[in-house]
Amino acid sequence: MRYIPVTCEQREAMLRAVGVSTVDELFSVIPEAVRLEGELALPDGLTEIELESHMRSLASRNRPAGALVSFLGAGTYDHYIPSVVDHVVSKPEFFTAYTPYQPEVSQGTLQAIYEYQSMVCALTGMDVANASMYDGATALVEGALMAARVTKRQRVICSPTVHPEWQNTLVTYAEAGRIEVGQFASVDMADGTTLLHGDDATSGHTLADELASGDVAAVLIQTPNFFGSFEDLEEIARLTHEAGALLVVATNPILLGIMEPPSSYGADIVVGEGQPLGNAMSFGGPGLGFFACKDKHVRQMPGRVVGRTVDVDGNRAFVLTLSTREQHIRREKATSNICSNHALNALAATVYLSAVGREGLAGIARTCVAKAHYLRDALLASGKFSAPWESAFGYEFALAYDGDVMDMHEAMLERGFLAGVSVADVEAEWPTGIDSDLAEHLVLFAVTEKRTKREMDAFVKEVASL
Amino acid sequence: MTEQLAHSPGTAPSRGPRSLIFELGAPESRCVEAPPLDVPMGSLDEMLGGRTRRAALTLPNVTELEIMRHYSHLASMNFGVDSGMYPLGSCTMKYNPRINEDACRLEGFAGLHPYQPEDTTQGALELMVGLSDALAEITGLPGVSLQPAAGAHGELAALMVFRAALTARGDARKKVIIPDTAHGTNPASVTMCGWDAITIPSNERGEVDLDALKAVLDTDVAAFMLTNPNTVGLFDENILQITEAVHAVGAFAYCDGANLNAILGKTRPGDMGFDAMHINLHKTFATPHGGGGPGSGPICVTDELAPFLPGPIAVEFEDGGYGLGWPEQSLGRVRAGYGNFGVLVRAYAYVRALGGFGLREVAEQAVLSANYLKVKLEATFEVPYGRTCMHEFVMSGARQKREYGVRTLDMAKRLLDYGFHPPTIYFPMLVEEGMMIEPTETEPLEALDSFVKVMLTIAEEAADNPELVKGAPYSTPVRRLDEAGAARNPDLRYRPTPE
Amino acid sequence: MAHPSDRVYSKEHEWVVVDGDVATIGISSFAQDQLGEVVYVDLPSVGDELTVGDSFGEIESVKSVSELFAPVSGEITEVNSALDDSPETVNADPHEAGWMVKVALSAAGELDALMSAEDYDAFITEG
Repeated sequence: MRYIPVTCEQREAMLRAVGVSTVDELFSVIPEAVRLEGELALPDGLTEIELESHMRSLASRNRPAGALVSFLGAGTYDHYIPSVVDHVVSKPEFFTAYTPYQPEVSQGTLQAIYEYQSMVCALTGMDVANASMYDGATALVEGALMAARVTKRQRVICSPTVHPEWQNTLVTYAEAGRIEVGQFASVDMADGTTLLHGDDATSGHTLADELASGDVAAVLIQTPNFFGSFEDLEEIARLTHEAGALLVVATNPILLGIMEPPSSYGADIVVGEGQPLGNAMSFGGPGLGFFACKDKHVRQMPGRVVGRTVDVDGNRAFVLTLSTREQHIRREKATSNICSNHALNALAATVYLSAVGREGLAGIARTCVAKAHYLRDALLASGKFSAPWESAFGYEFALAYDGDVMDMHEAMLERGFLAGVSVADVEAEWPTGIDSDLAEHLVLFAVTEKRTKREMDAFVKEVASL
Repeated sequence: MTEQLAHSPGTAPSRGPRSLIFELGAPESRCVEAPPLDVPMGSLDEMLGGRTRRAALTLPNVTELEIMRHYSHLASMNFGVDSGMYPLGSCTMKYNPRINEDACRLEGFAGLHPYQPEDTTQGALELMVGLSDALAEITGLPGVSLQPAAGAHGELAALMVFRAALTARGDARKKVIIPDTAHGTNPASVTMCGWDAITIPSNERGEVDLDALKAVLDTDVAAFMLTNPNTVGLFDENILQITEAVHAVGAFAYCDGANLNAILGKTRPGDMGFDAMHINLHKTFATPHGGGGPGSGPICVTDELAPFLPGPIAVEFEDGGYGLGWPEQSLGRVRAGYGNFGVLVRAYAYVRALGGFGLREVAEQAVLSANYLKVKLEATFEVPYGRTCMHEFVMSGARQKREYGVRTLDMAKRLLDYGFHPPTIYFPMLVEEGMMIEPTETEPLEALDSFVKVMLTIAEEAADNPELVKGAPYSTPVRRLDEAGAARNPDLRYRPTPE
Repeated sequence: MAHPSDRVYSKEHEWVVVDGDVATIGISSFAQDQLGEVVYVDLPSVGDELTVGDSFGEIESVKSVSELFAPVSGEITEVNSALDDSPETVNADPHEAGWMVKVALSAAGELDALMSAEDYDAFITEG
C-alpha cells in the first residue's frame, strides 16, 4: 500500500527535469560501502484490507480493561470519555496540523491551547500553565528542575509515596543531570502518607530531617499519593517554605473538581497526569503531563505557552509566546529540551472539561469517591481484606488481602474482573517505602464512575468466595 | 491560481477567533453529567478529610451543540496536511493515513491498562516487538527502546545511555560536540544530561568541517551529535571519516534521526558508524503532528550499548510469547508506562502497509521531489548549496531582501494567501533569510508545480509591489500579530470578569 | 545614524556615560535595531558587583536573547526599573530613557579601552 500520488510517467518527467536518468543518481553522494543493495528485510507491504484484518487480529489478542470490570488505577484510570471528545480530536484540521508556529493559520490550535491553559489554572488554582508535557512523571521531573533553577540549589526531596515509576524517572534524570535527589523520607504507617516528623524511636528519615540541611530546592509530593491517601499539604508546605525550598505537588485532576486545589496550601508548582481527562488508557501512553506555576516564576517554566494578543486589524488572536525560554532560541540554556509536547491529548482534555463542565466534573468526582468508599467498606466487611492504615482518600485505596494476591488476581480474571494493582508487582521495580511483608499482600483498588453497584457487589461476592 | 489571490487589504471579513469556550453557555447548560448514584453517599467533606473545594472553579457550562460549533469553528481556522501542502523542512509533513487512526482506536488497543497481566496484552506486546524489530532493521542498530515520548526525549535518553556506558567503563567525560546547524533540542538535551555543548562551524559546503571536528575531539568528549542528512538537506559525504574520528577518541557518534525520510532503504545510520540514534515517528513514520504532539522518539543503539537502554522494553520469549523486560544494566525509566503506545500503533501499521519496498520508494520520491523543486526555483531564489540535495533543500530570500527590501518572513506570510503553509524559515541560522523546503513524497506533482508557480509569483510581487508582500497575509482568519505585545504583557489564561 | 559623541562604546554594543565617578550604562541604537522589538530586560540588583567583560544580564526580543556584557567594573547603585513595565523604551530611546544601570566605577582606567562614537560608528560599519 502506498501513499505516493506521483505516477510512473510523472516520475520520469521529474527525473528529466532534474537532469538525471535514474533516481539512484540522486543518492550517489552516499559512500558505496554503506549503500544498501537489496530491500530491507521486512514483511511485504499489505493492502488496506489485509492491514485492517491484521490490526484487528492483533487487537483481539488483548483483553482490554475497558471491556472487563476493572479496578486498576495507579496512575491510569478508566474514566468515561464523552463522545464529543473523539469527534473533535479526529478533525483533520486539528490532528494533521503542525506546531502553531504560523499563527495566522493556526488560531484553532492556539485558542484551544489557551483554553486548556485556562482550565488547568482553574483546576489547580495556579496563575499560569504550559501547553502540556509528556506525562505526569516527566512533568514532576521538570518541576524539580525548575525549582532548582529558581532557588539556585541542587537537591530535591521526593516523598516515597510518590508513584514509584515517577520516582524511578526522577532518579534517572538526576543521575544524568543537574539535580541531586536526597534521601527519601519514610512512610507514616499510621495513615500511609509521608512521614513528616518523628519521635526518638525513628531512624531520622522524616521530611523535617531531610529539610534540615538547608540546601533543598524542592519537596516533591503527590496527593492523593500512590496508595490513594491524602497528604497533609498544609504542614508539608510550612516545613518546605521554612527551609527556603519550593513545594511541587502532583495531583489528580478529576478530584480537583471537588477538592481544595494545591495552590490554597501554598504549592509553588502543580503537576500531574491528565490522562483521566478525556484520554484513553492506551496501554499507558500517550498520556498528558499538566504543569502549572506562579506568575513570578513564569520565565523559568518549561514548555510552550500560548498568549492572547491582537492582529494588525485589532482582532483578538492567539500566539506562542515567551519563546525565549525554549530550546529553539536559548539552546543549551533553555528551561528544557522539550519540543514536541502532547497537544492533541491536551485538546482532548479541553473538550472533556467543556463537556462535563464544572457541575459534571464535580458530579463525576463525587460519584467516584462514593463508589470507592462503598467498595472499600464491602471488601472489609467480607473479612478477606484488612486496612493497613486509616486515611482519608478519594477514589483509590489500598487494602491487604488475606491470601496469595497472584492467585486471587488469576482467579478473578477468569471471572471477568481486574482486581486491582498488586503493590508487590510495583515494588519489584522500585521500592514503595513500606514494609515488604505488607507490600506482598497490599492491593490498590481504583473505582471510577463507570463501575456500577451491581458490578461491585458481584466482585465482592466472588472474591469473598475464593 | 491567481484567482485565489487574496482580497486587498481591509476587505476580507474577519473569520478569526470569536468567543472563548468560557464565554458561551449558561450556568444551567449541561452536556455530560454523572449517572444517578447507585450507592449510598455519606458526608463528602468527611470522606475527603475536610478538603472540600471552596475555591471557585471556572470551567465552561455549555451544551453539546455549543461544544461542536465552537471546536468546529476553531478547526476551520487551522491549516493541516489535509488542507494543503506543508513543505516544512525537517518536519516531514507527510499524509497521515486514516487506517492508522482507526487502528489505534480499536478497543483492544485503546482500552488497555498498563498494569494488566501480560497474558491479556500479548497482541500489544507483539506489536511493540514487531515495531522494534522493524526499526532495528531500518536503522541498522539492533538495540531498541520505544520509551521516549518525543525526539528530544529520545536524544536525552540516548545521551543518558552514553553516560551509563562511560560510567560502566570508568571513563567520566564532560563534553558533547555539535555542529552550528544543530536543532536547538541537541544542545538543550546535552545540558539536561549534565554535559557541556561545544559548537563547531560548518564548512563552505554546508557540511561538518572535518578539521574543526578533529581539533576539538579529545578524550573528554563523550559524543558527537549529527543530523545526517543534515539540517541544510545535504548528506555529509565525509560521514565515514567523521564517525571514525569520533570513535578514535573513544567517543560515541549520535545520529539525530529527524531526516531519516531521505534514506529509508538506501542506507542505514548503523552502517555509517553511528552508535545511537532517535527516530521521530511523527515525521518519518506518518503519525500525526497533532498541533504539537504527541510524537514518539524511539532510540536505536548498537549491541554494545543495548544493555543500558531505558526500560522496560517489549521482548519476545523463546516459546513465542511476549512480555516486558529490563535490559541488564538499564539506566532506568525516562517516563511512566512503556512508550506512547497509541502512536506506536500508528507507526507499526504504517510499516506493515509499506514494507521494505514501500519505504525505499518513500525515500526515493521524497528526494526526487525536493530536487525537482530546487531546480525549478534556483533561478529565482539564491540556493547556497546548489548540488544535489536530499529530501529537503535550503534557499535564501537574500536577493529579494537586497533588491526590494522584502524578507523571507514576508514571502512566507504571502504564501498563506495562496493556500500553502510556508516552509521552515530562519533555520538553520547558517543561511541568511533561509527557507527550508521539504515537500515529502506524498505531494502530487500538481501540488509541487502549483507551489513553484506561487513562489515565482511572489518573487514577482516582491519586485513589482513589495508593500503588498510586506503586508501579507490578507485572507487568513487573522493577519499579522503583535507578538512583541504578547511577550511584554503576557495574557496566558482566561480570567472571568468579577461579577 | 551617528551615535552620540558624549559617551564611549564597547564592542558588545554597550555605551557608558560618566558623571563624576558614576557610570550610566545602556545599549546603543545599533544594538536595539539589530535586536528588534525588545520585550524583556533582565537586570541585576542594586548592590551587585559588575566585572568588566562579564555578563550582567540579558535582553530579549520576541525571537532572540542577547547577553549584556559589563563595559566597566563597579558596584550597581541604581537600576532602571521602568524597563520592567516598558521594555520598549530601549527601542524608542536607547541612549536616554532606555538606560539600564548606574555603577560606582571601581577602575576608571577601564574607560580607555572603550571606543569613541566615531570609532564605534566605523566598527559597526566594518562588521
